[in-house]
Formats: sequence, C-alpha cells, structure tokens
Amino acid sequence: MYVYDEIDQRLVDERVRQFRGQTERFLAGQLSEEEFRALRLRNGLYIQRYAPMLRIAIPYGLLSTPQLRKLADIARRYDRGYGHFSTRQNLQLNWPKLEQVPEILAELATVQMHAIQTSGNSFRNVTTDHFAGVARDEIVDSYVWCEIIRQWSTFHPEFSFLPRKFKIAVNGAQADRAAVAVHDIGLHALRDEKGEIGFRVLVGGGLGRTPMIGVCIREFLPWPHLLTYLEAILRVYNRYGRRDNIHKARIKILVKERGADKFRDEVEAEWAHLKDGPATLIGEEIERIATRFTRPAYERLGDIDLSAVTLPGFATWLKRNVHPHKVAGYAAVTLSLKKTGVPPGDVTSEQMDAIADLADRYSCGELRVSHEQNLVLADVRQADLVAVWREARALGLATPNLGLLTNIISCPGGDFCALANAKSIPVAEAIQRRFDDLDYLHDIGELDLNISGCMNACGHHHVGNIGILGVDKNGEEWYQIEIGGNQGEIRPGLKAALGKAIGPSFARAEVPAVIERLIECYLAHRDSDAERFIDVVNRIGIAPFKEHVYGNADQRSSRNQREHALA
Amino acid sequence: MATLIKGRRVISESTPSPEQGEVLRLEPTDDPAAVAERLARVARVEVHFPKFGDGRGFSIGRLLRERYGYKGELRAVGHITRDHLFFLESCGFDAFELRAGEDPHAALAGFADFSEAYQASVKRPLPLFRRRLA
Repeated sequence: MYVYDEIDQRLVDERVRQFRGQTERFLAGQLSEEEFRALRLRNGLYIQRYAPMLRIAIPYGLLSTPQLRKLADIARRYDRGYGHFSTRQNLQLNWPKLEQVPEILAELATVQMHAIQTSGNSFRNVTTDHFAGVARDEIVDSYVWCEIIRQWSTFHPEFSFLPRKFKIAVNGAQADRAAVAVHDIGLHALRDEKGEIGFRVLVGGGLGRTPMIGVCIREFLPWPHLLTYLEAILRVYNRYGRRDNIHKARIKILVKERGADKFRDEVEAEWAHLKDGPATLIGEEIERIATRFTRPAYERLGDIDLSAVTLPGFATWLKRNVHPHKVAGYAAVTLSLKKTGVPPGDVTSEQMDAIADLADRYSCGELRVSHEQNLVLADVRQADLVAVWREARALGLATPNLGLLTNIISCPGGDFCALANAKSIPVAEAIQRRFDDLDYLHDIGELDLNISGCMNACGHHHVGNIGILGVDKNGEEWYQIEIGGNQGEIRPGLKAALGKAIGPSFARAEVPAVIERLIECYLAHRDSDAERFIDVVNRIGIAPFKEHVYGNADQRSSRNQREHALA
Repeated sequence: MATLIKGRRVISESTPSPEQGEVLRLEPTDDPAAVAERLARVARVEVHFPKFGDGRGFSIGRLLRERYGYKGELRAVGHITRDHLFFLESCGFDAFELRAGEDPHAALAGFADFSEAYQASVKRPLPLFRRRLA
C-alpha cells in the first residue's frame, strides 16, 4: 500500500474543502449547471438515471483493509448497502445524495481515499496488472510507476481541462494483464541489456464508439524521461485534440487524423524542449516512492503440493482462482464477484467487511481490484489455501470461473446508467444460468465474455473474445454480438484485437442461445482441448460462426422470435 | 466590462489602468510561436478561454512564459471563474478577467484552493519531488 505523506494528505483534504465550496455555490445558484457539471464530474459525481452516482478512486486497484471497511461503512450509511467495482478498478455507489457527497469525500480522506478525477475530461485512475508486485513473470513492480504517474496527473495545472477523458495503463509483467493497448496511453515496462528500466509507449488506443488498438510511438523510453515524454504527448493533445465534437475528442482520433508518424514527430518536437528539464525523474524520487509502499514481510516457506487435497470443488477452484506467486510458499487468490444472480462486480457492505477480515487474516491486510471486476488476495500462504477456499465459498466468493465464460465483465447497464441503450446485468445473468454446468464450462475452457449496455463500452465488449453490445432500435433493446476481440497479450503471440460483429442484432431473450451456438461451433472446430475459443476464431475466421448462428433455418426462427419480441 | 483581478487584487472598474502599447489577443487555436517575435514589444497578452472547460489556453500560457520568455502581463479572458485561478496562476497568468456574475472578492480564495502542486509549472519551476530534496 502506498502511504500518503503530509503533502499527499493535505492536497486531498484541500480538494474536499474545494468541492464542498463548489457544491454550496451550485446550490446557491452561483455556478451554472454546465460549470458545476464539469466540476462535479472531476470528483466522480454523475447525475444518473435514478440518483447521482459517485465513483470513488482506487488508485491502480490497490486497497487496504481499513479502506475497504470505510467503503463498506459509507455504502451502508450513505447508500443502499452495496457498491459496484468497475473495470477501471474503482468503486461506484449508485444511490448517494448530492448534498452528502462532500461529507462522503471527507470520510474517504480519513483513509487516504478520494474521488479525484474519476470522471470528466481529465486524467483518470491509472490502472495496472492486479498481480503487480507478486507475479512470477514480473519485469518491474508497476505500482511505483503508477504512483509516480498518479501524482503527476493529479491536479496538473496545464492538463486539468483536456478535450476528453484520458486513461493511462502500465504493465510491468511479461503477460499484459492491464490491457495497455486499449488505453489513451499504454506503457509496457521493459529492461534493456544493462537491466535499466524503460517503457514501450503506445498511444491512441481505446474502446468506446470508435475502438482502436494503440500504436507504438517509442520502443524504449528510459525511465528518467517518463514524465517529460508524457507531458509532451499531453501538450500536443491538449492543444490539438478536437473540442468541437465530444465523439471525436479522444486522443485516438487525433492520432488517426494526423497519422501515427506525424503524431510521433509532433511529440518528439515538443519533447525536444522538455527533455532533461526539471520534470526529469531522479533515482531518489523512485526510491522515495518505493519505500512509501508497505510490502508484506514474507516468511521463508516452500511450495506445497495441494493436488492430493480431495475436498469436492477445491481442485477446480485451485486451478481457476489461485495464481502463482513470485515468493515460494505463497499464492494469489481471486475472490470472484461473478456469482450467478449477482450483478458482476457488485458487493454488499457485509461482504466487504468479511473480505476485509479475510485479507487481514490471510493476506497482509491488502487487496487488489482487477479490471475484470474481481478482488484479489495477493499474498496468501499456500498452507492457508484450503481455509481461504472454505471461507470464500461460505461468502459466495469462490465461484471457480476465472478466465471462463461466466466470469463476465459487465457495465451496470440500463438498470442504473443514464447513457445505456440496453440492460446488461440481466443478459449476464441469463448467460451464467445457461452455462451453469461447471464441467461443461471447464470443457469450453478459457474465454472472455464482455457486455456493454451502449457503445461507450464500459463493459469492454470490443475486447471480449465474445462481446455483447446493447443497441437501441426504435426504443427496443437489442444486442449485437462480436467475436474475436482480445484484451491484450496475456499469452505470447496473442495480440490485442477488436472483435467483429457477426451480423444483425438479437432480442435479449435470444442472446443465451446465440452464445450457445457460438460455443457449439467452436467445440466442433477445435483441434484439441488446448485450442481456446479465441485461437479457433483467429484460425478459421468469423464466417463459420456466422453461418452456424444465422444458418437459414435459424435465421427464420430468429426472425420469428424477433417478430414475437416486437409484437 | 467584466471584473479584473490583477496581482491577486481586485481592480476597480472605475479606475482603468492606463494602457500603453499594443495588446495582443490569442485565441485557443493560435500558436504562440507565431507571435514570439512581437512579445518584447507588447504591453499585454490576452489569452481567450471561450468555454469553461476549454483548457488550451493553459498550454499557451506556459509556452509564452517558459519557451518564449514573455515577461509582461498575461491576462486570461473569457469564461473564467475562481475554479480556474489556481491552475491559471500556475501556468503563468497574472491577470484574470472573470466571467460576468462572478464575485471577484470571493474569487480571490480560488488562488488558495491548493497549497502545493506535484508538477513543475511557471509558478513552481521545480516539481515537488525536486523541491522535497532541496
């Protein structure tokens, strides 16, 4: 956990005071709707379908147990006793009262938390691998770099009114579990032949209505230049990013309109002025930040072979929800927030308290939020795994579906969100019910299924191996299905990719059957159990899937159902 | 005329300061490089912020001060409220024409919204991490 120093704390406290004043001025009629909108959004406050929504920042997804207890407490006292973990590793409250938000922020500040820049046209929460610091394939501990970027991007005087939101992700491991290619800026930490740290810099990736994979504009940026180079990118974006059309305002559009080469040249020209200037990072600062992170005091343990444990269900959970750790005798455990019947990413205050207890007893008092909307206990002794499994199961957090079809990423959708065209939570549940046979689920193997309720793509449907997008047709909810998307290079050779739509959209009731058809097609074509769904799509293309879903007979029945649905 | 804050003081509307020399006005799309030659001769540069959320002028301010060495009055005009003042001042602005209806005396508190900043800027040429070591 990064522990604030006096200045970090002071800035957060000053923000609370500032926002309290802004809220009062708005309620007194001194700030217009438009002005207050821009100000409240950069404090994570949306006015939603039924009530305001407050998005609380969890920087790079790292959370201590006092913080989680505070979130549980706030959800209980200011909301309806639950929260929603988002794909940006944040926590959203769906029912706070506008007048109480300054009070909530003041309470958050007591545990070094805030809602700074969780929305609006500003830098958003910097995200990273939920196994940072413990992954066996670690190149560098990305948390240190995330915190450096967090500080640089907090209340940046020049870049506080950007054309549009701006998301940065950092990956510090061999495998990319941070989806860096679909961020405004994606940073891959690397080491050169001398062991010096640097970053491959991708720019212009993103989802939303114009999804794009980021392009590399620098293969190796030595670490001292990180902030000056980011500053150069942001200055080009701040000055030239489009402000005439909200849908064309992300940096990806600027990169596309300029062309990657021209954009790179402009950044380089700007950087020539900033390079080696005062914002150049120094070793003392990296060291200072690193030492402000508390790290577990690992015991000297050996790895344990748990394959002999015969408790029913344990082996499956071990395989799916337990992940290797860089320290012998330890493991990382994912607590699944994807139980069928519960909206993906939702947790109650009681569960939060119980999870905090689990983390205190078994994982050094820390947790991580994954962008797949689960929680991770990163430092569990292997000897405790059976006990953790029993307790997690009792709490409904041991669904053994990590990496499988039912580990669905979903936005809150039309049940909560004012932007949504369609509901997503009931679709997720219907699919989870259709695939409730664990043996079948495990036989299907690794598959990411993501659902967004509109083209803003908060549910990352473009990078799901199967992606579902809610669309509006004459006031009716319809769902377009894409296949072939992939969030990043989680295995060597598997590149980040955007899914392609298989054809016309479906009524909500049809969606589970369509997924079933896609799975049938995959199972019929796979060479072996080792060939995953995404591999088959990449090998044979989408045509066979399309045919299997829309084949003549099915098209007729689909049309009938559609007419029925519209009747 | 809108109210003006200059040197962190409210300038009375009834006593306009005597103007001498040329006033240069820059729109968000203007390039400071194109006017760099003229900067030594102008009495004042005005940077226009056409909308509350239009942040291009912040970059223009820094460029004028840091890259082109402009030392004279740098005035932010347009849709300016107290919520911008801390950031504007950090980016080198020293005069502020507030949008109509904004109470200038209350707005002065905006300069103290934050007591520190992590980043290097015109006001704080060294980022916090270098000042911490000093």
